Amino acid sequence: MILPVLLPFIIAIFIPFLSKWKEKFHTGIVVTIVPLIIFIYFASFFAGGFSAVTKTYNWVPSLNMNLVFHLDGLSLLFVLLISGIGTLVALYSIYYLHTTENLGNFYVYFLIFMGSMLGLVLSDNVYALYSFWEFTSLSSFLLIGFWNHKHASRYGALKSMLITVFGGLSLLGALVFMHSITGTTSIQQMLADSEAILNSEFFPLILILLLLGAFTKSAQFPFHIWLPDAMEAPTPVSAYLHSATMVKAGLFLVARFSPMLSSSEWFFIIVSSFGILTLCWGSYMAVRQTDLKGILAFSTISQLGMIMAMLGFGTKVAVFAAMFHILNHATFKGSLFMVAGIVDHETGTRDIRKLGGLMNYLPMTATLAMFGVFSMAGFPLPFLNGFYSKEMFFLSSLDLSGQGDFASIVASLVPYLAVFGSIFTFVYSMYFFFGTFRGRANLGKLPKKPHEAPVGMLISPAILVLLVVIIGLFPSFINEPFISHAATAVYGADASKDIYFWHGFNLPLIMSLTVVAFGTILALTIPRWSSVYSYVPGVLSLNKAYDFTVDKSVSFSSKLTRGYMNGSLALYMKLILGAIILVSFAFFFLTDGFAIDTSQLASVTTIELIVAVTMAIAALGTIFTNNRIAAILILGVVGYGLSMLFIIYRAPDLALTQLIIETVTVALFLLVFYHLPSLNSRGESKPAKISNWIISIGFGLLVTTVAISSHSSKWFDSISSYFVENSYKLGGGDNIVNVILVDMRGLDTIFEITVLGLAAMAIYSLIKIKNKKEE
Amino acid sequence: MEIVMSVLAGLLFMTGVYNLLQKQLLRIVIGTALISHGAHLTILTMGKLKDGAAPILTDGVENYTDPLPQALILTSIVISFGVTSLLLVLAYRASKINHTDNMEKLRGNDYE
Repeated sequence: MILPVLLPFIIAIFIPFLSKWKEKFHTGIVVTIVPLIIFIYFASFFAGGFSAVTKTYNWVPSLNMNLVFHLDGLSLLFVLLISGIGTLVALYSIYYLHTTENLGNFYVYFLIFMGSMLGLVLSDNVYALYSFWEFTSLSSFLLIGFWNHKHASRYGALKSMLITVFGGLSLLGALVFMHSITGTTSIQQMLADSEAILNSEFFPLILILLLLGAFTKSAQFPFHIWLPDAMEAPTPVSAYLHSATMVKAGLFLVARFSPMLSSSEWFFIIVSSFGILTLCWGSYMAVRQTDLKGILAFSTISQLGMIMAMLGFGTKVAVFAAMFHILNHATFKGSLFMVAGIVDHETGTRDIRKLGGLMNYLPMTATLAMFGVFSMAGFPLPFLNGFYSKEMFFLSSLDLSGQGDFASIVASLVPYLAVFGSIFTFVYSMYFFFGTFRGRANLGKLPKKPHEAPVGMLISPAILVLLVVIIGLFPSFINEPFISHAATAVYGADASKDIYFWHGFNLPLIMSLTVVAFGTILALTIPRWSSVYSYVPGVLSLNKAYDFTVDKSVSFSSKLTRGYMNGSLALYMKLILGAIILVSFAFFFLTDGFAIDTSQLASVTTIELIVAVTMAIAALGTIFTNNRIAAILILGVVGYGLSMLFIIYRAPDLALTQLIIETVTVALFLLVFYHLPSLNSRGESKPAKISNWIISIGFGLLVTTVAISSHSSKWFDSISSYFVENSYKLGGGDNIVNVILVDMRGLDTIFEITVLGLAAMAIYSLIKIKNKKEE
Repeated sequence: MEIVMSVLAGLLFMTGVYNLLQKQLLRIVIGTALISHGAHLTILTMGKLKDGAAPILTDGVENYTDPLPQALILTSIVISFGVTSLLLVLAYRASKINHTDNMEKLRGNDYE
């Protein structure tokens, strides 16, 4: 099972090479085959009855991070959607994207998305799920920004990235909580141990974080604002990511965890009310749009809200209807997006105010659109799958019973809001179809003269529309092998259900008929009531809130960064050293780390004192002298003083090395100083001087404190005795320091020599290269 | 004696840091040299001073001073020599090309 998931990634590696011949051989042809193979592979799981499969592949076993793939009914529904719609979209894109576009990039992003989405729905490990989750956000970002010369594309890409990654981080928080409570990273085991999570004191937090992840990804109100801007992506991407698959990842997440969460009352309240609210708001706002894809974007938002609400209801009918509608929505919305793409492709515009009367010019497209649109509207006809799930949605909204006060208020409001939202769904569906294909054609306004799309472009939407009709006519065709398994996986118990067209003349049907009646009236009178949009939402716009937040944080952080990143290295040093001083002293203070032990001190002798005082005076002298030679020579005094100390402290090797190195260093200084300007012009302002002194005195104090404390506190036995004992035995040398350097820590010394060699090469080339100006 | 040496090491660090924060390149190089001297002295002091004979195995001697800090310092002396000489040449090149040794003027390109 790992191969189908990795296949898109593997193929993605070869795409850049393939796209070299894109003029002769459209890269999309190869890409179409990939999801087709995956689709066939997963479809073969139906053979001989389906049951859940789990496969484990070790990834980072030491961290308990393994790739565990769990294929149950829910995953299978998504996997087939991803690969099935993926095939059709890839096929469609061959005709949509001209070979002059940057096909290599497009298909690499496309395949990365496909692979991550497959991984997301199959992963049983929560961290693998999270990684794939973020990968889908990333590839969505890249695909929205595919036409990166357009400002709107970049804006939309950034917006989707910010919102979905914010949600992704929340999700990670929830997953970490659940991992630490249950002690397992497997989703299935978490679900088995759901009592532990439900009874945990962190449960409200887990619920909120998890739902934040799901709501941002699935564009629920008020996080839906990224989806309309994501329509800047090429239309195949919109059809695939932003309608059929990626935006359903949030639904998948809620569905995946709903066996655990649905027993919580707050899960019902939050998910149902946000879902219903999104349904109403999305469908209400869709009628206001003028861009064809804008209408579809808000329509997607509202449909996602509807499915989310059903998952929130958590009843058997609702869960079944949710799964059914996930499939139905992918079929009709996918075909409508492709229709919008065809209209855009053939007329050069997606502005519905300029379009109209295209029925005569694009008859095939119009026919396909008609099926999609009426299915979306939930029109009661036996060959439209949208009606079935819409009807079940009404049915499920009616038999809700909230336990608590608040829950029962929500439960009683749901049916009314469901009808309200569906009325507007009907209105925008009609608005989409009649605004584009009916009415008077105004060819003068169109950038291109419209004509029917090439056959290849019509194949994919035609297949989807065919599915709409087949599912509508023979719902049991997909019910038993497919939807029932998915619903059972989500509901936690057997949730299979028969799908009928005719339920008898009952309340859900009355609701459907109400929707059609009111919808028709409102659709016919759009111009009369559309002024209502200036009151609601009016000036209050979530987009403005988003823009304000983003703009302000960008300007604030750039102001802050410019404040301290001003190019002055001295300032950077001061900040770094100041931070070291503060943190270290704070740590000293908090851990009570200071220690002074005067019992084991070596005796103080006059000669050492004389050397020490000389070195101190010389070191201070480097600061105060303005003479270059004097500064270098007194630096030498410090160095030679140090080698004298080495002699006194019985370190003959150090003393010798220090003597030689000091001599060479001083010589080097004297060679170079002539070329450097004199030290007279110090140009140091008084505040800078004071802060320099504070930092340097502070750092000196820190070093003294650390040195005294570490000398005074011995926490561990020294390992030096090992070297003393084994120097002769293992190294064959009497000089212990030498044996350590060349034998026991020989590798360190080799690297040390390497460093010196590198420095020598750098110095040589620095001297040798000639600046162009110098020549 | 260790306390005196700790204070001396702190003083070397202090002067080193002060020089490091200056604008002239030569002072910065001197500062790094002083800091490495201070570091060597600190490492030596953190062990025990004058705690036995020099760490060269001799018959009849049982107590040696700690050889480990000495080995560390020996490596460090050589490396800091490399650092100092590279910095010196870098300072030479930088001031030759830019006609200044003032760090406040050597800010590189504007951001962005």
